[in-house]
Amino acid sequence: MYRIPLGKWVNSGVDWLDLTIGPTLRNFADYVSDNIIGKLGTGLAAIPWWLLILVFVALAWRAGRWRLSLGTFLGLLLIYNLKLWPVFIETLVLVLVSALVSIVIGVPLGITAARSDRFHRAIAPLLDFMQTMPAFVYLIPALMFFGLGTVPSIFSTVIFAMPPAIRLTDLGIRQVPTDLVEVGEAFGSSPWQMLWKIQLPVALPTIMAGVNQTMMLSLSMVVIASMIGAGGFGAGVLYGIAQMNVGVGFENGVAVVILAIILDRLSQGFSSSKRTAEK
Amino acid sequence: MNVKIEVKNLIKIFGTQPQRALKLLQAGKTKEQILEETGYTVGINNVSFSVHEGEIFVVMGLSGSGKSTILRCLNLLMEPTSGVIMVDGQDITKLKAVDLRKVRQEKMAMVFQQFALLPHRTVLQNAVYGLEVQGIPREEREEKARKCLEMVGLGGWEDKYPDELSGGMKQRVGLARALTNDPDILLMDEAFSALDPLIREEMQDELLNLQQRMNKTIVFITHDLNEALKLGDRIAFLRGGSLIQVGTPEEIITSPADDYVARFVRGVDRTKILTIQDVMKKPQPVVRLSDGPNVALRIMKENGISSVFVVDRSRQIHGLVTADLALEASKSGIRVLSEMDLIQAPTIYQDVLVQEALPLIAESKLPLAVLDQEKRLVGIIIRGAVLAALAEDGGEVDVSNSIR
Repeated sequence: MYRIPLGKWVNSGVDWLDLTIGPTLRNFADYVSDNIIGKLGTGLAAIPWWLLILVFVALAWRAGRWRLSLGTFLGLLLIYNLKLWPVFIETLVLVLVSALVSIVIGVPLGITAARSDRFHRAIAPLLDFMQTMPAFVYLIPALMFFGLGTVPSIFSTVIFAMPPAIRLTDLGIRQVPTDLVEVGEAFGSSPWQMLWKIQLPVALPTIMAGVNQTMMLSLSMVVIASMIGAGGFGAGVLYGIAQMNVGVGFENGVAVVILAIILDRLSQGFSSSKRTAEK
Repeated sequence: MNVKIEVKNLIKIFGTQPQRALKLLQAGKTKEQILEETGYTVGINNVSFSVHEGEIFVVMGLSGSGKSTILRCLNLLMEPTSGVIMVDGQDITKLKAVDLRKVRQEKMAMVFQQFALLPHRTVLQNAVYGLEVQGIPREEREEKARKCLEMVGLGGWEDKYPDELSGGMKQRVGLARALTNDPDILLMDEAFSALDPLIREEMQDELLNLQQRMNKTIVFITHDLNEALKLGDRIAFLRGGSLIQVGTPEEIITSPADDYVARFVRGVDRTKILTIQDVMKKPQPVVRLSDGPNVALRIMKENGISSVFVVDRSRQIHGLVTADLALEASKSGIRVLSEMDLIQAPTIYQDVLVQEALPLIAESKLPLAVLDQEKRLVGIIIRGAVLAALAEDGGEVDVSNSIR
């Protein structure tokens, strides 16, 4: 029976892309990693560790109760104690940049999807594809286009982490009650006013749930992306695997869990406390 | 009376390609045939009416009658399939989006059944929404909104959020939001239906109070006939997307256009709508002051009644004479009624609600004399006739026996 050469096609397609835009992309990647991510990293690293911990504790205080603050404090103290602080900064930068890029691209796409049924239908299968394709597969073309380093990691992370931001923005806006949309129309709002004054604020909790998921997915992908030189905790875990050193792997793994919990609670806390805090 | 809104041949067919269904409808097919042939629902079937400036125009119908659709066509939240909607002489269905927005901003405001307050905004921020959209400066819009909130009794609640308010208060905010815009036209979509009965009555009274001061043109949608009768200057009865009857509450009550309206009207507390005028009988016969007791006796005998009202030339009432009294007077040689002691008949004005007059009617053994503003006798009230009017569709009843 004839075997469809799907893999070959993809390879030749990627080869062609690599030939045409590869060098430009690699230059871009170098530039970004040197000037943006690198500087962000050194900037954060320049902040004394205890001050950064205090900043996190303060954020936790605003977002939740004292228990969250205490947990944040102890968790970050443990990471510092394990001498993982530089790695923590590295991971944090990767996660925040990936999540930020995902949100900056994803939320507008979600808004577009909510306003146009055609676009909504068009991207639905694409999003399914992005989410179900094993995450490792993204690493290969990212590696080819951008070379080793942080930029390909962020690239593949963005692809993996963006769908929830798109989907939940779309869903949130579609779920805005009809009568609230009618209020907007009946009082003569322009489409832009409708979006900013009614749809986005009402959809905000759902959108923030998407932001939260995007952050979590970013973190998990950043760990995987250590395979193409992302650095961070993932690199530590990878080292643990390579050296059969359970202890190192465990320490880095625990640090990932701590960071995950802090980011999750913080983003959740801020999305739900917006309204209730003012009560 | 100026016509504020005029709706001509409004048709709304639901669906993406309503043109074929529209052609069938215009060719005279019924709603049911169209649904069968095309699968399209005719929401509004060729409805025309006009709303006068300063009146409360109630559109009354059950769910599915198309009343909400009509309201949403008036500000084009729904686009009519065909027909004309004139607001101040301008056909708003022909407007461009920008101009339509202007009309919505400046001429009409809407109050929603489920309040539809923006949950992320405070009471004050909700109330200013309409003006904010128009780009009115913050201080000015907030000042207007505060005034309107004060007017609906929400002074001091400006900084609360909607989820801190009760249903009645939420709808007050909804009303204040609409009033802040100072629109000519208020569109109220079952505005009080979601409130519990006591609060609903309170809000109805409040709306009537406000309306006396503001004199807006109000289109009010409801499925509650009592509400329609209480609020409406005129009521439009809607059924299955067609207009059955438009009239004042009294016209609806006393001469329903068909069985459907009649069935509706049957359950109504008529004493709240009907006035004395509606239930009185013609004051015939009467006798003049200058007539003698024997004339009175003869008239009573001829008409088979036991008492008769005595009026002067300008129909001012002077009292009542019974057969016994007239006989006595005749025996004692009195020649004209003005010389004898007449019974002081109980009187009532013609525009009093039957409900308010009921105690008086129940207590009085004598017929009541109904007076107009100039205190002329215009009718009489007989207990039996009142009961008949309340029980039936106001048809003429033979009550000659009831005063014996």
